[in-house]
Amino acid sequence: MSTLEQENHSNENRRITWEGCSVLLDINDGDRLVFSRLTAGSIVKIGNKNYPLQPLIGCPFGSLFQVENGANGPCLSRVISTAEVSNDEDKKECDLKDESRDNRALIDNNTAQTLTGDDIEGMRRQGASGNEIVEALIANSATFENKTSFSQEKYRLKKQKKYAPKVLLRRPFARRFLRVDTLSLLLSFANVTAHSDVLVVDMIGGILTGAVAERLGGTGYVCNTYRGDSPSSIEIVRIFNFGDEINKRIVRLPLADLSAPPNADSKDMELLQASGSPVSMEETTVSSKDGRPTTETVASKVHKAAKPGEKASEDAIKLWKENGFSSLIIAAPEVDAWGIVKEPLATCMHNLQVEKMAIGLQITEPWLREYQCNLM
Amino acid sequence: MLPTDPTKKLSFKRNISDGDLVIVYEKHDNMKAVKVCEKSVLENRFGIFKHADWIGKPYGCKVSSHKGGFVYLLAPTPELWTLVLSHRTQILYIADISFVVMYLELIPGCVVLESGTGSGSLTTSLSRAIAPTGHVHTFDFHEQRAAAAREDFERTGLSSLVTVGVRDIQGEGFPKDLTGLADAVFLDLPQPWLAIGSAGEMLKPDGVLCSFSPCIEQVQRSSETLASNFTDIRTFEVLLRTYEVREGKMDHCQTEGGTPGSRPCKRKHRTSEGSQWEQEHSGSSIVMARPSGEAKGHTGYLTFARLRCVA
Ligand SMILES: C[S@@+](CC[C@H](N)C(=O)[O-])C[C@H]1O[C@@H](n2cnc3c(N)ncnc32)[C@H](O)[C@@H]1O
Repeated sequence: MSTLEQENHSNENRRITWEGCSVLLDINDGDRLVFSRLTAGSIVKIGNKNYPLQPLIGCPFGSLFQVENGANGPCLSRVISTAEVSNDEDKKECDLKDESRDNRALIDNNTAQTLTGDDIEGMRRQGASGNEIVEALIANSATFENKTSFSQEKYRLKKQKKYAPKVLLRRPFARRFLRVDTLSLLLSFANVTAHSDVLVVDMIGGILTGAVAERLGGTGYVCNTYRGDSPSSIEIVRIFNFGDEINKRIVRLPLADLSAPPNADSKDMELLQASGSPVSMEETTVSSKDGRPTTETVASKVHKAAKPGEKASEDAIKLWKENGFSSLIIAAPEVDAWGIVKEPLATCMHNLQVEKMAIGLQITEPWLREYQCNLM
Repeated sequence: MLPTDPTKKLSFKRNISDGDLVIVYEKHDNMKAVKVCEKSVLENRFGIFKHADWIGKPYGCKVSSHKGGFVYLLAPTPELWTLVLSHRTQILYIADISFVVMYLELIPGCVVLESGTGSGSLTTSLSRAIAPTGHVHTFDFHEQRAAAAREDFERTGLSSLVTVGVRDIQGEGFPKDLTGLADAVFLDLPQPWLAIGSAGEMLKPDGVLCSFSPCIEQVQRSSETLASNFTDIRTFEVLLRTYEVREGKMDHCQTEGGTPGSRPCKRKHRTSEGSQWEQEHSGSSIVMARPSGEAKGHTGYLTFARLRCVA
């Protein structure tokens, strides 16, 4: 491995943001996730305010930001986290004394809060930080004192989300997308690793293609194949933040071009579309519960770079025709109800069995359960 | 096992050579790892197989015994290895393993720390994810197990990607010389909370930790310890359900053309051999998938957390 290649690998694993990179913004503890590209001009909208993303450039992933009043209005500013730790300890202490309190005396009307919207705007203008506003709201809440510490915490959190939103800077990784359990199983069963050549049929917007490319780390190829002449969209790949090294490894090719005999004229290939492709027999198919991930993209100017999903080179096609791919992964979104998903899988498995084309066949479905047990 | 040498890429037709590790496949639940040795034979209920007959054949091929019985010879993968390795401890299986690798955000070039090594089932998949430029440092305090794991990584050709250390991780923590170098840490220890402090020191800011524990009490205790330096603490359980496929006879009212059941035949329309197949099965049967038995039961909980990024 040359040193140049090594540098590129560490590049793909950068832990500090740079101008032009894609990031995932986690707003208020997972309330909203926004994909953005960090440029001098890009912004994120929280509530009814726009915040420039400029201050996020050059910060480590994992950094936390809060809203502060800058010279030019509200802006995002990095939080020093030591304060957060001591906060947690305070919380523990008050946990102990709250047993006797409950909310039976609480009256649900709007008079509990004496601060008005105008008061709050006034504080803002005088340069109060979001946290100061939250504290003022608490101090002026007639009922806060009588709430259980659990509801106090809830109240604080609600106000904090509104007046002092927090933004966590995240790396966009494949696992941030839906059905990570299914996706991870696909990548394992398909034996995706550096230097493999993976053929994919990605009908879920590029999640699969991106996830495979992530594992290839700028080696091998992920080739997206499709029937007919319009490739399926792999728009989501853009969000993965890949550098040129990885983007170059993401290519597309119509199935017809793969199925054609090596010396056929590529113009005549459409007819051969449905014939068997010379790929390896390992086939893993999956449906995603919801093919459309809920992502928001903040548009900004795109920088000149290698584009993912260019047509595969003649050299690569030739090699694949000679040697095959190391695996094939097909991912289609769930069309309808439960039963319908498995029908194509069952049919596929049955055909492979009957025609003795493959061994070790299985249809599996992962089942992910999350437990809430951290806040004891 | 891994195509770390790009000139021997996985997809390149590889032939079996003397000294290779192959997975001998009898049935999906009966496989065995065998080192090919020109002078050796494999003996099983299907007869005697001469290794010499295997050499030069492509991976995936079917080979016969002196009695005409046959087995398949497969190229090893981490998934197959997990099914054939010798169990010196409890091990992790595919569902947990693939989820861990994904959630730890492992990509080529990453550095991962693991303890305990156990039987090396997880280690094998970790190395696949970080190859060719990353590294797995795995530790077990059980000297024999560590040695056996080291031998296994030698056999599977992973030794350049994995270093096995003998060390009491709960007592001493990870070695200081790895401080701040880890992209991810994985713990499969009886009292993981004792190792969490050290794991935090090893991780790069924003690095991910995962701890596997069979009991919820362990999870609880770990989560409490994690709360001081980590964020995004989440606990999951992954189960796996397997489906079996059956071809069943359809009710007569459903056998008219265009039922989903006739679809498997469609592909066959093109060839003459296919239309015969189609006739035999035409319209009268349907392929169905149904869950086979119980979903794979509880193995343990996976608790993930991210090292807080201190400015
Ligand atoms: C269940 S096994 C790990 C299995 C492994 N994850 C796999 O998939 O093969 C747990 C291992 O932790 C080791 N172990 C227990 N306590 C330890 C300690 N304090 N330091 C290092 N290793 C320890 C044991 O020797 C055992 O091999």
